[in-house]
Amino acid sequence: MKSVIAEALVKTYDKGNVKALDNLNLDVEEGTVLGVLGPNGAGKTTTVRILSTLLRPDSGRATVAGIDVIKNPDKVREIIGLSGQYAAVDEILTGYDNLVMFGQLYHLGKKQSIARANELLERFSLTDAAKRPIKNYSGGMRRRLDLAASLIVKPKVLFLDEPTTGLDPRGRQEMWGVIQELVKGGVTLLLTTQYLEEADQLADEIAVIDTGKVIARGTSDALKKQVGGERLEVVVDQQHVAKTVEIVSEVSGHAATVDEGLRLIMAPVSTGSAALVEVLRSLDNAGIHALDIGLKRPSLDDVFLALTGHVAEEHKEEEPVLSGRGRKAKK
Amino acid sequence: MSAVTDTYIITRRQLQLLTRVPEVLIFSTIQPIMFVLLFRYVFGGSIQTGQPGGYVQLLMPGIFVQTVAFTLAGTASGLAEDMKKGLIDRFRSLPISQSALVVGRTLGDSLLNIVVLTAMGLTGLLVGWRPSSGIGNVLLGFLFLLGFGYALSWIGAFVGLSAKDFRVVQNVSFLVTFPLTFLSNEFATTTGMPRALQYFAEWNPVSTMVAACRELFGLENKFGATAGSFPSEHPLVTSLFYMVLIMAIFVPLSLRKYRKAAG
Repeated sequence: MKSVIAEALVKTYDKGNVKALDNLNLDVEEGTVLGVLGPNGAGKTTTVRILSTLLRPDSGRATVAGIDVIKNPDKVREIIGLSGQYAAVDEILTGYDNLVMFGQLYHLGKKQSIARANELLERFSLTDAAKRPIKNYSGGMRRRLDLAASLIVKPKVLFLDEPTTGLDPRGRQEMWGVIQELVKGGVTLLLTTQYLEEADQLADEIAVIDTGKVIARGTSDALKKQVGGERLEVVVDQQHVAKTVEIVSEVSGHAATVDEGLRLIMAPVSTGSAALVEVLRSLDNAGIHALDIGLKRPSLDDVFLALTGHVAEEHKEEEPVLSGRGRKAKK
Repeated sequence: MSAVTDTYIITRRQLQLLTRVPEVLIFSTIQPIMFVLLFRYVFGGSIQTGQPGGYVQLLMPGIFVQTVAFTLAGTASGLAEDMKKGLIDRFRSLPISQSALVVGRTLGDSLLNIVVLTAMGLTGLLVGWRPSSGIGNVLLGFLFLLGFGYALSWIGAFVGLSAKDFRVVQNVSFLVTFPLTFLSNEFATTTGMPRALQYFAEWNPVSTMVAACRELFGLENKFGATAGSFPSEHPLVTSLFYMVLIMAIFVPLSLRKYRKAAG
């Protein structure tokens, strides 16, 4: 069963001059995670805003758990959770106060709101910070609290708009851990991201969007196959370039490409670290010392290059979901 | 019923904010008290009013009205800040009454007015303000003031939700409030103004409110009453009319704006 369906969504801004969504179609199977991948301005946030009832499309249709988001927004709000690029919690109030307030707004009653707040604080490792105002939280803590706020009543469908944008690597890792736990619990999740790696880690399926349309759709593996998967890259001294190209091409099965200036030899590989070991051994046998060697995973740019023939372009910046007016989240 | 509960929770959040940042309460109280003292002792000495009890009797209603007029700016910047932080979108994605956030905000700002007016009234009593109309009428006067502040708070809501930039909000509120409060009978008689301004000052809701309060506090309305004009003869009715008119326009406008916020 499809939990989320978007059909032919169109949304324009500035009196039709900026087309944010151009006939976008999307669906999410119940209990699965869909990663919506695209550069800034591709229409990710607009899609989430429409599906979460914050914005009306110019045309098209969308349902969440079978409920029409345009005709029955109140019913949709009862079953969704939403967490945006910017932590939308009250900065002056403490984490605990925020969660209790949102609990009461969900009509949980005081006792239950308190119990639920404590439970969520515990689960997101925020118990120690519970009584501190949010303005003293780190970026990662804010995001976790924001996510907690969207989980107060267990939502049937969860929307996360770029949950790790602006976080440092550690904050990102923590957030991934939290989201992976959620996914194990069987929530239906629509997640937008600019990072292929993030979609790869968290999503069952990926939809790549560009200029308001879905341009590719499939599992991470299928997508990577299309993009070419991993790439082996070696840097050697000038006099060894020719021999190295030979070795790399043989292991890869594809002709290696060379960046003469950087003395960088690249080729797609399908066997990952095994290919890496093999190349290292052959280089060693030939008496060549690799200055740098590694496997490079495809980036968003590689995906776009493969799918559209151009790299991901940033379009006019959209308003982020729980955003307000373009303030950057503090680290 | 849930709309009432939702509104109550939002109003309580605002009071919670006041306890977390007590500076807000302190400064919103200190400023009007400072005005009372400044006008009482700086201008009071040189303005000849012939008013028994002195200038302070005429001054207090004026300063009360000016203070509640600034509720407009308070509500506007509060909502603009919620908008900036993305809180408005968060609230709009919740299954709650779609008017709760704005209604709660305006009510919370009015509760703050109660505290501020009380502090000002007490200061006034200390520096010689002596309303002579009996406790019932004085309380009615304060009720009028709260009502006026509440109505203006809805203009503020509209400004706060409309502004594209947080900094604009401050400027717009200032531009709305300042001429209204000074082109009035608040601090000086309007008869010294050019004729066109006199006319404006006469019908200015701030003037009719000041006149209404003066009447309720037991004064003859000496400032700016062009004898025989409707607002000067019937300041209470005119003020009530203005409050209803403002709310009739700005409540629906603001709620509509909220539902489409950042759309």
